[in-house]
Amino acid sequence: MIRVVLPAHLKVLAHVSREVQLEVPGTPTSRHLIDALEAQYPALRGTIRDPATQQRRPFVRFFASEMDLSHESPDSPLPEAVANGQEPFFVIGAMAGG
Amino acid sequence: MSGVRVLVGTRKGAFILQADGKRDRWEVQGPLFGGWEVYHVKGSPADADRIYASQSSSWFGQVIQRSDDGGRTWNPVGNQFLYDGVTGTHQWYDGTPHPWEFARVWHLEPSRTDPDTVWAGVEDAALFQSTDGGLSWGELSGLRTHSTGSSWQPGAGGMCLHTIIVSPSDPRRIIVAISAAGVFGSEDAGTSWRPLNRGLSSGEIPDPDAFEGHCVHHVAMHPSQPDVLFMQKHWDVMRSDDAGEKWYEVSGNLPSDFGFVIDVHAHEPETVYVVPITSDSEHFPPEGKLRVYRSRTGGGEWEALTSGLPQRDCYVDVLRDAMAVDTLDECGIYFGTTGGQVYVSSDGGDHWEAIVRDLPAVLSVEVQTIP
Repeated sequence: MIRVVLPAHLKVLAHVSREVQLEVPGTPTSRHLIDALEAQYPALRGTIRDPATQQRRPFVRFFASEMDLSHESPDSPLPEAVANGQEPFFVIGAMAGG
Repeated sequence: MSGVRVLVGTRKGAFILQADGKRDRWEVQGPLFGGWEVYHVKGSPADADRIYASQSSSWFGQVIQRSDDGGRTWNPVGNQFLYDGVTGTHQWYDGTPHPWEFARVWHLEPSRTDPDTVWAGVEDAALFQSTDGGLSWGELSGLRTHSTGSSWQPGAGGMCLHTIIVSPSDPRRIIVAISAAGVFGSEDAGTSWRPLNRGLSSGEIPDPDAFEGHCVHHVAMHPSQPDVLFMQKHWDVMRSDDAGEKWYEVSGNLPSDFGFVIDVHAHEPETVYVVPITSDSEHFPPEGKLRVYRSRTGGGEWEALTSGLPQRDCYVDVLRDAMAVDTLDECGIYFGTTGGQVYVSSDGGDHWEAIVRDLPAVLSVEVQTIP
């Protein structure tokens, strides 16, 4: 199982209070992870990736294992520690006021 | 006993203000969707329990929420607003081509007869329709692909489709307004469109009398007179007596004819309300006095309504979708400000009081009259 930590607004939207756990089929990549997240929590569809382009939204970032994975290819394998559930994958709202 | 439910969209969530028919004691519910921009919340005229809300943020995009119990509980529905085919370009602020990009839903217009049918006006300007209660959306792309589309340009708030009027006498007749493109009409339920801007004149475009490119801020109609339209343009308050074929100016004695909102009394189709704003760069009331102006003559002659409104040091704005009327016997008028106040008049505008004073900046106000 892959562990995912969502930002507060998306937790509210998905009706979850803590990190979520996902079964990600195939090679764990950020694309497959978000696919699985949207399948398990349909309310999150389009909130992390633009529905038209499937690109990560510009104010959303992906962190894991103390690395910024935001600009990695969505088809790159996730770090082993994320893939085996040792460490969570963080979906972060970019730091900005407003 | 009958009552009202005021639906308020703000920069940081939505609020529902409820009162009985006297409209003197209010319950405030909210914030709903706290932290998100809520551009519009509107109830179905066909089912008062059905309410749609447009929730968006720069971080997480667009969400549409639906309530089936009068706003007590909400569930996200469909948020896939995908333009049909090749999107092409419109004009950017400097006149250069800019690709069409979906940003948010500005306005939701539920059908008068079917709770599951709702139209959405979006930025960048396009019209979408759902016939399944918001679960899925399809573009009525004849509007965006109109031959003039490449010349449309954004106003300061973005290139938004903000007004949707479906004729009560013929639901195939739809009128929309876009900043800054103007008014467009369809006679075939949104398949084909034509500009309805004859008579408008705007100094901000190369040809002031062009058929498109006008920054129309809002259009209002009384259901008993579907051919009579009132418009608050960037500058100028305008009127059409032939469903938009020709417009003429009715700014009359207003202290400024710049503004955003315009609405019509529920029972007096020639009684119209506006809130004058100083200018296109000074988005606050002239002289720091918040005044609603009422015309009982369908425009041209206006009287200031000030009782209960701040008459000094007031520098708020009233945005284009932030005025509404109820349909109680004594028509109630409502408007919200960027300072977070929502005002009500229970006597057609003669006297005003604040329902709430300290909400986030108000983006929209709608009201449901509950039997």
